[in-house]
Amino acid sequence: MLKLPIYLDYSATTPVDPRVAAKMIPYLTEHFGNPASRSHPFGWTAEKAVEEAREQVAALVNADPKDIIWTSGATESNNLAIKGAAHFYGETKGKHIVTVTTEHKAVLDTVKELERQGFEATYLEPQSNGLIDLDQFKVALRKDTVIASVMAVNNEIGVIQPIAELGELCRSNGTIFHVDAAQATGKMPLDLTQLKVDLMSFSAHKTYGPKGIGALYVRRKPRIRLEAQMHGGGHERGLRSGTLATHQIVGMGEAFRIAREEMATENERIRMLRDRLMKGLMDIEETYVNGDIERRVPHNLNISFNFVEGESLIMAIKDLAVSSGSACTSASLEPSYVLRALGRSDELAHSSIRFTLGRFTTEEEVDFTIKLLHDKIGKLRELSPLWEMHQDGIDLSTVQWAAH
Amino acid sequence: MAYSEKVLDHYENPRNVGSFGKEEEGIATGMVGAPACGDVMKLQIKVGKDGVIEDAKFKTYGCGSAIASSSLVTEWVKGKSLDEALAIKNTQIAEELALPPVKIHCSILAEDAIKAAVADYKKKQETV
Repeated sequence: MLKLPIYLDYSATTPVDPRVAAKMIPYLTEHFGNPASRSHPFGWTAEKAVEEAREQVAALVNADPKDIIWTSGATESNNLAIKGAAHFYGETKGKHIVTVTTEHKAVLDTVKELERQGFEATYLEPQSNGLIDLDQFKVALRKDTVIASVMAVNNEIGVIQPIAELGELCRSNGTIFHVDAAQATGKMPLDLTQLKVDLMSFSAHKTYGPKGIGALYVRRKPRIRLEAQMHGGGHERGLRSGTLATHQIVGMGEAFRIAREEMATENERIRMLRDRLMKGLMDIEETYVNGDIERRVPHNLNISFNFVEGESLIMAIKDLAVSSGSACTSASLEPSYVLRALGRSDELAHSSIRFTLGRFTTEEEVDFTIKLLHDKIGKLRELSPLWEMHQDGIDLSTVQWAAH
Repeated sequence: MAYSEKVLDHYENPRNVGSFGKEEEGIATGMVGAPACGDVMKLQIKVGKDGVIEDAKFKTYGCGSAIASSSLVTEWVKGKSLDEALAIKNTQIAEELALPPVKIHCSILAEDAIKAAVADYKKKQETV
Protein backbone atom coordinates (compact mmCIF):
# COMPACT_ATOMS: atom_id res chain seq x y z
CA MET A 1 0.00 0.00 0.00
CA LEU A 2 1.27 3.44 -0.94
CA LYS A 3 2.14 5.60 2.03
CA LEU A 4 1.66 9.36 1.61
CA PRO A 5 3.37 11.76 1.42
CA ILE A 6 6.03 10.22 -0.78
CA TYR A 7 9.58 11.23 0.05
CA LEU A 8 11.39 12.44 -3.06
CA ASP A 9 13.80 14.83 -1.40
CA TYR A 10 16.83 12.58 -0.83
CA SER A 11 19.21 15.42 -1.66
CA ALA A 12 17.90 17.38 1.30
CA THR A 13 18.56 14.48 3.61
CA THR A 14 18.20 10.71 3.71
CA PRO A 15 16.72 8.47 6.38
CA VAL A 16 19.32 6.67 8.45
CA ASP A 17 19.64 3.14 7.10
CA PRO A 18 18.32 0.72 9.78
CA ARG A 19 21.64 -1.15 9.63
CA VAL A 20 23.41 2.11 10.46
CA ALA A 21 21.09 2.93 13.35
CA ALA A 22 21.55 -0.58 14.81
CA LYS A 23 25.30 -0.21 14.73
CA MET A 24 25.22 3.22 16.40
CA ILE A 25 23.11 2.38 19.45
CA PRO A 26 25.66 0.41 21.51
CA TYR A 27 28.01 3.38 21.27
CA LEU A 28 25.50 5.56 23.08
CA THR A 29 24.81 3.25 26.00
CA GLU A 30 27.38 0.50 26.32
CA HIS A 31 30.58 1.68 24.63
CA PHE A 32 30.23 5.28 25.70
CA GLY A 33 33.90 5.95 26.37
CA ASN A 34 35.77 9.01 25.18
CA PRO A 35 38.00 7.97 22.28
CA ALA A 36 40.65 10.31 23.68
CA SER A 37 40.81 8.41 26.99
CA ARG A 38 44.04 6.46 26.73
CA SER A 39 44.09 5.00 30.22
CA HIS A 40 41.23 2.48 30.22
CA PRO A 41 39.30 0.04 28.02
CA PHE A 42 36.27 2.35 27.65
CA GLY A 43 38.45 4.79 25.73
CA TRP A 44 40.23 2.04 23.82
CA THR A 45 36.96 0.54 22.60
CA ALA A 46 35.66 3.91 21.43
CA GLU A 47 38.95 4.75 19.75
CA LYS A 48 38.95 1.42 17.92
CA ALA A 49 35.45 2.11 16.61
CA VAL A 50 36.41 5.61 15.49
CA GLU A 51 39.45 4.33 13.63
CA GLU A 52 37.46 1.56 11.98
CA ALA A 53 34.93 4.16 10.78
CA ARG A 54 37.77 6.32 9.52
CA GLU A 55 38.93 3.39 7.41
CA GLN A 56 35.41 2.86 6.07
CA VAL A 57 35.02 6.50 5.08
CA ALA A 58 38.48 6.51 3.48
CA ALA A 59 37.71 3.29 1.60
CA LEU A 60 34.71 4.80 -0.18
CA VAL A 61 36.93 7.45 -1.76
CA ASN A 62 40.13 5.35 -1.94
CA ALA A 63 42.02 7.59 0.46
CA ASP A 64 44.48 6.98 3.25
CA PRO A 65 42.50 6.87 6.55
CA LYS A 66 45.11 9.19 8.08
CA ASP A 67 43.90 11.91 5.71
CA ILE A 68 40.36 11.91 7.11
CA ILE A 69 39.39 14.51 9.76
CA TRP A 70 36.03 14.30 11.56
CA THR A 71 33.82 17.39 11.54
CA SER A 72 30.18 18.18 12.29
CA GLY A 73 29.17 18.03 8.62
CA ALA A 74 29.89 19.35 5.17
CA THR A 75 29.29 22.98 6.14
CA GLU A 76 32.00 22.82 8.76
CA SER A 77 34.27 20.89 6.40
CA ASN A 78 33.86 23.57 3.74
CA ASN A 79 34.60 26.31 6.26
CA LEU A 80 37.66 24.53 7.62
CA ALA A 81 39.01 23.70 4.17
CA ILE A 82 38.58 27.09 2.54
CA LYS A 83 39.29 29.39 5.48
CA GLY A 84 41.96 27.06 6.82
CA ALA A 85 43.91 26.91 3.55
CA ALA A 86 43.36 30.58 2.68
CA HIS A 87 44.64 31.68 6.07
CA PHE A 88 47.60 29.32 6.05
CA TYR A 89 48.79 30.06 2.52
CA GLY A 90 47.32 33.52 1.90
CA GLU A 91 50.46 35.40 2.86
CA THR A 92 52.79 33.26 0.74
CA LYS A 93 50.80 32.09 -2.29
CA GLY A 94 48.40 34.99 -2.63
CA LYS A 95 44.91 36.15 -1.80
CA HIS A 96 42.84 35.13 -4.80
CA ILE A 97 40.10 32.47 -4.69
CA VAL A 98 38.21 30.84 -7.57
CA THR A 99 34.77 29.28 -7.16
CA VAL A 100 31.48 28.92 -9.07
CA THR A 101 28.18 30.79 -8.72
CA THR A 102 26.25 27.51 -8.39
CA GLU A 103 28.18 26.27 -5.35
CA HIS A 104 26.39 25.55 -2.09
CA LYS A 105 25.94 28.52 0.24
CA ALA A 106 28.38 26.91 2.68
CA VAL A 107 31.09 27.57 0.09
CA LEU A 108 29.80 30.89 -1.28
CA ASP A 109 29.26 32.47 2.12
CA THR A 110 32.65 31.26 3.32
CA VAL A 111 34.33 32.85 0.29
CA LYS A 112 32.34 36.05 0.90
CA GLU A 113 33.63 36.13 4.46
CA LEU A 114 37.19 35.82 3.15
CA GLU A 115 36.50 38.71 0.78
CA ARG A 116 35.60 40.80 3.82
CA GLN A 117 38.96 39.78 5.28
CA GLY A 118 40.83 41.11 2.25
CA PHE A 119 40.81 38.18 -0.16
CA GLU A 120 39.69 38.60 -3.76
CA ALA A 121 37.31 36.11 -5.40
CA THR A 122 36.33 35.13 -8.92
CA TYR A 123 32.89 33.54 -9.26
CA LEU A 124 32.67 31.56 -12.49
CA GLU A 125 29.34 31.29 -14.31
CA PRO A 126 28.50 27.74 -15.42
CA GLN A 127 27.39 26.96 -18.95
CA SER A 128 23.66 26.55 -19.62
CA ASN A 129 23.96 22.81 -18.83
CA GLY A 130 25.29 23.63 -15.36
CA LEU A 131 28.85 22.48 -16.04
CA ILE A 132 31.84 24.74 -15.85
CA ASP A 133 33.97 25.34 -18.90
CA LEU A 134 37.57 24.14 -18.47
CA ASP A 135 39.08 26.93 -20.53
CA GLN A 136 37.19 29.53 -18.55
CA PHE A 137 38.44 27.93 -15.33
CA LYS A 138 42.01 27.85 -16.61
CA VAL A 139 41.90 31.56 -17.47
CA ALA A 140 40.49 32.36 -14.03
CA LEU A 141 43.44 30.73 -12.25
CA ARG A 142 46.09 33.33 -11.46
CA LYS A 143 49.58 33.17 -10.05
CA ASP A 144 48.18 34.31 -6.72
CA THR A 145 45.17 31.94 -6.70
CA VAL A 146 45.59 30.24 -3.35
CA ILE A 147 42.54 27.96 -3.49
CA ALA A 148 39.81 26.91 -5.90
CA SER A 149 36.58 25.32 -4.70
CA VAL A 150 34.22 23.39 -6.98
CA MET A 151 31.56 20.91 -5.89
CA ALA A 152 31.57 17.37 -7.31
CA VAL A 153 27.79 17.14 -7.66
CA ASN A 154 25.39 20.07 -7.61
CA ASN A 155 22.71 19.81 -4.94
CA GLU A 156 19.90 21.30 -7.06
CA ILE A 157 20.47 19.90 -10.52
CA GLY A 158 22.73 16.90 -9.83
CA VAL A 159 25.29 17.64 -12.53
CA ILE A 160 28.81 16.24 -12.09
CA GLN A 161 31.57 18.83 -12.48
CA PRO A 162 34.78 17.71 -14.24
CA ILE A 163 36.82 17.58 -11.02
CA ALA A 164 39.56 15.33 -12.47
CA GLU A 165 40.40 17.90 -15.15
CA LEU A 166 39.98 20.84 -12.78
CA GLY A 167 42.34 19.14 -10.33
CA GLU A 168 45.05 18.85 -13.00
CA LEU A 169 44.72 22.56 -13.80
CA CYS A 170 44.96 23.52 -10.14
CA ARG A 171 47.92 21.26 -9.45
CA SER A 172 49.94 22.65 -12.34
CA ASN A 173 49.13 26.18 -11.15
CA GLY A 174 50.13 25.45 -7.56
CA THR A 175 46.59 26.16 -6.41
CA ILE A 176 44.98 24.12 -3.65
CA PHE A 177 41.85 22.36 -4.94
CA HIS A 178 38.87 21.85 -2.63
CA VAL A 179 35.87 19.76 -3.62
CA ASP A 180 32.54 19.67 -1.76
CA ALA A 181 31.49 16.06 -2.22
CA ALA A 182 28.45 16.11 0.08
CA GLN A 183 26.11 15.16 -2.77
CA ALA A 184 28.54 12.75 -4.44
CA THR A 185 29.29 9.99 -1.94
CA GLY A 186 27.54 6.76 -2.81
CA LYS A 187 26.29 8.28 -6.05
CA MET A 188 29.45 8.12 -8.14
CA PRO A 189 32.91 6.56 -7.78
CA LEU A 190 35.54 8.84 -6.24
CA ASP A 191 39.20 7.81 -6.23
CA LEU A 192 41.50 10.15 -4.37
CA THR A 193 44.59 8.25 -5.49
CA GLN A 194 43.74 9.40 -9.01
CA LEU A 195 42.05 12.77 -8.46
CA LYS A 196 44.29 15.78 -7.89
CA VAL A 197 42.06 16.94 -5.09
CA ASP A 198 43.69 18.36 -1.96
CA LEU A 199 40.67 18.84 0.25
CA MET A 200 37.30 17.09 0.04
CA SER A 201 34.20 17.65 2.21
CA PHE A 202 31.81 14.86 3.20
CA SER A 203 28.50 14.63 4.98
CA ALA A 204 26.97 11.52 6.54
CA HIS A 205 23.28 12.39 6.31
CA LYS A 206 23.15 12.63 2.53
CA THR A 207 24.30 9.00 2.37
CA TYR A 208 21.98 7.27 4.86
CA GLY A 209 24.05 8.20 7.91
CA PRO A 210 23.11 10.44 10.85
CA LYS A 211 22.96 14.25 10.77
CA GLY A 212 25.59 16.20 12.65
CA ILE A 213 28.64 14.33 11.42
CA GLY A 214 30.90 14.82 8.44
CA ALA A 215 34.52 14.64 7.45
CA LEU A 216 37.22 16.52 5.62
CA TYR A 217 39.86 14.80 3.55
CA VAL A 218 43.16 16.66 3.96
CA ARG A 219 45.86 15.36 1.65
CA ARG A 220 49.26 14.62 3.17
CA LYS A 221 51.10 13.70 -0.05
CA PRO A 222 51.75 16.43 -1.11
CA ARG A 223 51.01 17.83 2.31
CA ILE A 224 48.28 20.41 2.65
CA ARG A 225 48.31 22.46 5.82
CA LEU A 226 45.37 24.28 7.32
CA GLU A 227 44.87 26.83 10.04
CA ALA A 228 42.47 25.28 12.57
CA GLN A 229 39.12 27.04 13.01
CA MET A 230 38.22 25.25 16.25
CA HIS A 231 40.77 25.29 19.04
CA GLY A 232 40.88 23.05 22.07
CA GLY A 233 42.31 19.68 22.93
CA GLY A 234 44.25 19.23 19.72
CA HIS A 235 42.10 16.39 18.42
CA GLU A 236 42.27 15.33 14.76
CA ARG A 237 45.91 16.26 14.14
CA GLY A 238 45.20 19.61 15.79
CA LEU A 239 42.93 20.57 12.91
CA ARG A 240 39.61 20.16 14.67
CA SER A 241 39.43 20.05 18.42
CA GLY A 242 36.45 18.72 20.30
CA THR A 243 35.49 15.34 21.77
CA LEU A 244 34.70 12.92 18.99
CA ALA A 245 31.06 11.88 18.72
CA THR A 246 31.73 8.16 18.65
CA HIS A 247 28.18 7.01 17.85
CA GLN A 248 27.85 9.53 15.01
CA ILE A 249 31.23 8.54 13.62
CA VAL A 250 30.34 4.85 13.80
CA GLY A 251 27.14 5.67 11.92
CA MET A 252 28.97 7.54 9.20
CA GLY A 253 31.47 4.70 8.83
CA GLU A 254 28.74 2.09 8.50
CA ALA A 255 26.78 4.28 6.06
CA PHE A 256 29.85 4.73 3.87
CA ARG A 257 30.67 1.00 4.07
CA ILE A 258 27.19 0.17 2.80
CA ALA A 259 27.47 2.85 0.11
CA ARG A 260 30.73 1.35 -1.13
CA GLU A 261 29.40 -2.18 -1.23
CA GLU A 262 25.99 -1.44 -2.72
CA MET A 263 26.58 1.64 -4.85
CA ALA A 264 26.90 -0.13 -8.19
CA THR A 265 23.65 -2.10 -8.00
CA GLU A 266 21.73 0.57 -6.10
CA ASN A 267 22.55 3.28 -8.59
CA GLU A 268 21.39 1.17 -11.52
CA ARG A 269 18.04 0.63 -9.82
CA ILE A 270 17.71 4.33 -9.02
CA ARG A 271 18.71 5.30 -12.55
CA MET A 272 15.96 3.07 -13.93
CA LEU A 273 13.40 4.73 -11.66
CA ARG A 274 14.65 8.23 -12.46
CA ASP A 275 14.47 7.53 -16.18
CA ARG A 276 10.95 6.16 -15.75
CA LEU A 277 9.98 9.35 -13.90
CA MET A 278 11.61 11.55 -16.53
CA LYS A 279 9.90 9.76 -19.39
CA GLY A 280 6.55 10.02 -17.64
CA LEU A 281 6.91 13.73 -16.92
CA MET A 282 8.37 14.73 -20.26
CA ASP A 283 5.11 13.55 -21.82
CA ILE A 284 3.68 16.79 -20.43
CA GLU A 285 4.01 19.64 -22.94
CA GLU A 286 6.44 22.48 -22.25
CA THR A 287 8.53 20.72 -19.63
CA TYR A 288 12.28 21.22 -19.48
CA VAL A 289 15.01 19.31 -17.68
CA ASN A 290 17.40 21.66 -15.89
CA GLY A 291 21.07 20.72 -16.13
CA ASP A 292 22.95 18.24 -18.26
CA ILE A 293 21.15 14.90 -18.33
CA GLU A 294 24.19 12.74 -19.18
CA ARG A 295 26.75 14.13 -16.77
CA ARG A 296 24.50 13.82 -13.79
CA VAL A 297 23.99 11.51 -10.82
CA PRO A 298 21.15 9.02 -11.34
CA HIS A 299 19.25 10.28 -8.30
CA ASN A 300 18.36 13.74 -9.52
CA LEU A 301 15.65 15.05 -11.81
CA ASN A 302 15.10 18.81 -11.88
CA ILE A 303 12.27 19.84 -14.17
CA SER A 304 10.58 23.13 -15.01
CA PHE A 305 6.90 23.09 -15.88
CA ASN A 306 6.42 26.16 -18.00
CA PHE A 307 3.49 28.53 -17.33
CA VAL A 308 2.84 27.10 -13.86
CA GLU A 309 3.95 28.96 -10.77
CA GLY A 310 6.16 27.04 -8.35
CA GLU A 311 4.45 27.68 -5.06
CA SER A 312 0.98 26.82 -6.34
CA LEU A 313 2.48 23.69 -7.86
CA ILE A 314 4.04 22.67 -4.54
CA MET A 315 0.62 23.26 -2.96
CA ALA A 316 -1.03 21.08 -5.60
CA ILE A 317 1.37 18.20 -5.05
CA LYS A 318 1.33 18.13 -1.29
CA ASP A 319 1.33 14.33 -1.43
CA LEU A 320 4.96 14.58 -2.54
CA ALA A 321 7.89 15.77 -0.45
CA VAL A 322 9.97 17.61 -3.05
CA SER A 323 11.95 20.84 -3.32
CA SER A 324 10.97 23.84 -5.40
CA GLY A 325 13.35 26.06 -7.30
CA SER A 326 11.08 28.90 -6.37
CA ALA A 327 12.08 30.49 -3.12
CA CYS A 328 8.61 31.97 -2.72
CA THR A 329 8.01 29.39 -0.04
CA SER A 330 10.66 31.10 2.06
CA ALA A 331 8.79 34.40 1.70
CA SER A 332 11.17 35.89 -0.82
CA LEU A 333 10.34 36.28 -4.48
CA GLU A 334 13.79 35.28 -5.68
CA PRO A 335 13.88 32.16 -7.81
CA SER A 336 16.67 29.63 -7.41
CA TYR A 337 20.09 31.25 -7.89
CA VAL A 338 21.35 28.01 -9.40
CA LEU A 339 18.71 27.97 -12.14
CA ARG A 340 19.18 31.69 -12.77
CA ALA A 341 22.91 31.01 -13.21
CA LEU A 342 22.04 28.53 -15.97
CA GLY A 343 20.33 31.37 -17.79
CA ARG A 344 16.85 30.02 -17.18
CA SER A 345 14.11 32.64 -17.44
CA ASP A 346 12.42 33.71 -14.24
CA GLU A 347 9.25 31.83 -15.20
CA LEU A 348 11.12 28.57 -15.74
CA ALA A 349 13.19 29.03 -12.61
CA HIS A 350 10.02 29.72 -10.60
CA SER A 351 8.28 26.63 -11.94
CA SER A 352 10.98 24.07 -11.27
CA ILE A 353 10.72 21.04 -9.04
CA ARG A 354 13.64 18.98 -7.80
CA PHE A 355 12.84 15.29 -7.50
CA THR A 356 15.60 13.33 -5.78
CA LEU A 357 15.24 9.57 -5.53
CA GLY A 358 16.98 7.20 -3.18
CA ARG A 359 17.42 3.83 -1.56
CA PHE A 360 13.80 3.40 -0.54
CA THR A 361 12.05 4.84 -3.62
CA THR A 362 9.73 2.34 -5.34
CA GLU A 363 8.32 2.00 -8.83
CA GLU A 364 4.82 2.42 -7.40
CA GLU A 365 5.82 5.78 -5.92
CA VAL A 366 7.25 6.91 -9.23
CA ASP A 367 4.08 5.96 -11.09
CA PHE A 368 1.91 7.77 -8.56
CA THR A 369 4.10 10.85 -8.99
CA ILE A 370 3.77 10.81 -12.76
CA LYS A 371 -0.01 10.57 -12.61
CA LEU A 372 -0.31 13.27 -9.96
CA LEU A 373 1.83 15.70 -11.96
CA HIS A 374 -0.17 15.09 -15.13
CA ASP A 375 -3.41 15.90 -13.30
CA LYS A 376 -2.18 18.94 -11.39
CA ILE A 377 -0.19 20.55 -14.20
CA GLY A 378 -3.28 20.26 -16.36
CA LYS A 379 -5.43 21.89 -13.70
CA LEU A 380 -3.01 24.75 -13.03
CA ARG A 381 -2.54 25.45 -16.71
CA GLU A 382 -6.31 25.76 -17.10
CA LEU A 383 -5.93 28.54 -14.54
CA SER A 384 -2.88 30.14 -16.11
CA PRO A 385 -3.20 33.23 -18.31
CA LEU A 386 0.35 32.58 -19.51
CA TRP A 387 -0.61 29.14 -20.78
CA GLU A 388 -3.61 30.65 -22.55
CA MET A 389 -1.38 33.25 -24.23
CA HIS A 390 1.08 30.55 -25.22
CA GLN A 391 -1.76 28.52 -26.74
CA ASP A 392 -2.80 31.62 -28.69
CA GLY A 393 0.71 31.78 -30.13
CA ILE A 394 1.87 34.82 -28.18
CA ASP A 395 5.59 34.94 -27.44
CA LEU A 396 5.68 35.90 -23.76
CA SER A 397 9.16 37.37 -24.00
CA THR A 398 7.77 40.13 -26.24
CA VAL A 399 5.01 41.14 -23.82
CA GLN A 400 5.39 44.41 -21.90
CA TRP A 401 4.51 43.47 -18.33
CA ALA A 402 3.27 45.98 -15.84
CA ALA A 403 5.87 45.20 -13.19
CA HIS A 404 4.79 45.65 -9.62
CA MET B 1 3.41 27.92 5.03
CA ALA B 2 -0.02 27.45 6.52
CA TYR B 3 -2.88 28.72 4.38
CA SER B 4 -6.23 29.82 5.76
CA GLU B 5 -9.31 27.68 5.15
CA LYS B 6 -10.67 30.29 2.74
CA VAL B 7 -7.49 30.42 0.66
CA LEU B 8 -7.49 26.64 0.45
CA ASP B 9 -11.16 26.59 -0.53
CA HIS B 10 -10.66 29.09 -3.37
CA TYR B 11 -7.48 27.32 -4.43
CA GLU B 12 -9.12 23.89 -4.50
CA ASN B 13 -12.37 25.15 -6.03
CA PRO B 14 -11.59 28.36 -7.88
CA ARG B 15 -14.74 30.30 -8.92
CA ASN B 16 -15.31 31.70 -12.40
CA VAL B 17 -12.19 30.36 -14.08
CA GLY B 18 -11.86 31.04 -17.80
CA SER B 19 -12.06 33.66 -20.50
CA PHE B 20 -14.95 35.25 -22.37
CA GLY B 21 -15.26 34.79 -26.13
CA LYS B 22 -13.43 37.51 -28.01
CA GLU B 23 -16.58 38.60 -29.89
CA GLU B 24 -18.81 38.92 -26.83
CA GLU B 25 -20.09 42.41 -26.10
CA GLY B 26 -19.23 44.51 -23.07
CA ILE B 27 -16.05 42.61 -22.25
CA ALA B 28 -13.07 44.32 -20.70
CA THR B 29 -9.80 42.80 -19.55
CA GLY B 30 -7.31 43.73 -16.87
CA MET B 31 -3.95 41.98 -16.92
CA VAL B 32 -1.56 42.82 -14.08
CA GLY B 33 1.67 41.45 -12.66
CA ALA B 34 4.66 39.94 -14.39
CA PRO B 35 5.98 36.41 -14.76
CA ALA B 36 9.32 37.54 -13.36
CA CYS B 37 7.62 38.49 -10.10
CA GLY B 38 5.88 35.13 -9.89
CA ASP B 39 2.31 36.28 -10.48
CA VAL B 40 0.13 37.40 -13.36
CA MET B 41 -3.60 37.98 -12.99
CA LYS B 42 -6.08 38.31 -15.82
CA LEU B 43 -9.48 39.57 -14.75
CA GLN B 44 -12.30 39.94 -17.28
CA ILE B 45 -15.59 41.67 -16.64
CA LYS B 46 -18.75 41.61 -18.70
CA VAL B 47 -20.61 44.90 -18.33
CA GLY B 48 -24.29 45.23 -19.19
CA LYS B 49 -25.87 48.22 -20.91
CA ASP B 50 -26.96 49.48 -17.50
CA GLY B 51 -23.31 49.73 -16.43
CA VAL B 52 -23.56 46.81 -14.02
CA ILE B 53 -20.97 44.00 -14.05
CA GLU B 54 -23.01 40.95 -15.08
CA ASP B 55 -20.24 38.39 -15.04
CA ALA B 56 -16.53 38.05 -14.36
CA LYS B 57 -13.86 35.49 -15.14
CA PHE B 58 -10.22 35.11 -14.17
CA LYS B 59 -7.03 33.25 -14.87
CA THR B 60 -4.08 33.56 -12.54
CA TYR B 61 -0.49 32.43 -12.67
CA GLY B 62 0.77 32.65 -9.12
CA CYS B 63 0.78 31.22 -5.64
CA GLY B 64 -2.28 29.90 -3.83
CA SER B 65 -2.99 33.30 -2.27
CA ALA B 66 -2.87 35.00 -5.68
CA ILE B 67 -5.30 32.43 -7.11
CA ALA B 68 -7.61 32.82 -4.12
CA SER B 69 -7.51 36.64 -4.25
CA SER B 70 -8.52 36.74 -7.90
CA SER B 71 -11.14 34.03 -7.47
CA LEU B 72 -12.69 36.01 -4.61
CA VAL B 73 -12.67 39.22 -6.63
CA THR B 74 -14.68 37.64 -9.46
CA GLU B 75 -17.40 36.84 -6.92
CA TRP B 76 -17.31 40.30 -5.38
CA VAL B 77 -17.52 42.38 -8.56
CA LYS B 78 -20.55 40.56 -9.95
CA GLY B 79 -23.69 42.68 -9.65
CA LYS B 80 -21.71 45.80 -8.82
CA SER B 81 -21.52 49.03 -10.79
CA LEU B 82 -18.09 50.08 -12.04
CA ASP B 83 -17.72 52.61 -9.24
CA GLU B 84 -18.74 50.07 -6.63
CA ALA B 85 -16.20 47.63 -8.05
CA LEU B 86 -13.50 50.30 -7.90
CA ALA B 87 -14.29 50.80 -4.22
CA ILE B 88 -13.08 47.27 -3.37
CA LYS B 89 -9.88 47.66 -1.39
CA ASN B 90 -7.00 45.23 -1.06
CA THR B 91 -7.35 45.34 2.71
CA GLN B 92 -10.86 43.87 2.43
CA ILE B 93 -9.52 41.05 0.26
CA ALA B 94 -6.61 40.39 2.64
CA GLU B 95 -8.95 40.38 5.61
CA GLU B 96 -11.51 38.07 4.00
CA LEU B 97 -8.81 35.54 3.07
CA ALA B 98 -6.73 36.05 6.24
CA LEU B 99 -3.61 36.59 4.15
CA PRO B 100 -0.31 36.67 6.05
CA PRO B 101 1.86 39.81 5.66
CA VAL B 102 4.11 38.22 2.99
CA LYS B 103 1.02 37.63 0.83
CA ILE B 104 -0.48 41.11 1.02
CA HIS B 105 0.92 41.84 -2.45
CA CYS B 106 -1.53 39.23 -3.82
CA SER B 107 -4.48 41.28 -2.59
CA ILE B 108 -2.93 44.47 -3.97
CA LEU B 109 -2.57 42.77 -7.32
CA ALA B 110 -6.25 41.73 -7.25
CA GLU B 111 -7.30 45.31 -6.55
CA ASP B 112 -5.06 46.46 -9.41
CA ALA B 113 -6.72 43.89 -11.68
CA ILE B 114 -10.16 45.39 -11.00
CA LYS B 115 -8.85 48.90 -11.74
CA ALA B 116 -7.18 47.69 -14.94
CA ALA B 117 -10.35 45.94 -16.15
CA VAL B 118 -12.53 48.99 -15.45
CA ALA B 119 -10.01 51.28 -17.16
CA ASP B 120 -10.02 48.97 -20.17
CA TYR B 121 -13.84 49.11 -20.28
CA LYS B 122 -13.87 52.90 -20.11
CA LYS B 123 -11.21 53.15 -22.82
CA LYS B 124 -13.26 50.88 -25.07
CA GLN B 125 -16.40 52.95 -24.47
CA GLU B 126 -14.60 56.12 -25.58
CA THR B 127 -13.49 54.58 -28.85
CA VAL B 128 -16.92 53.16 -29.71
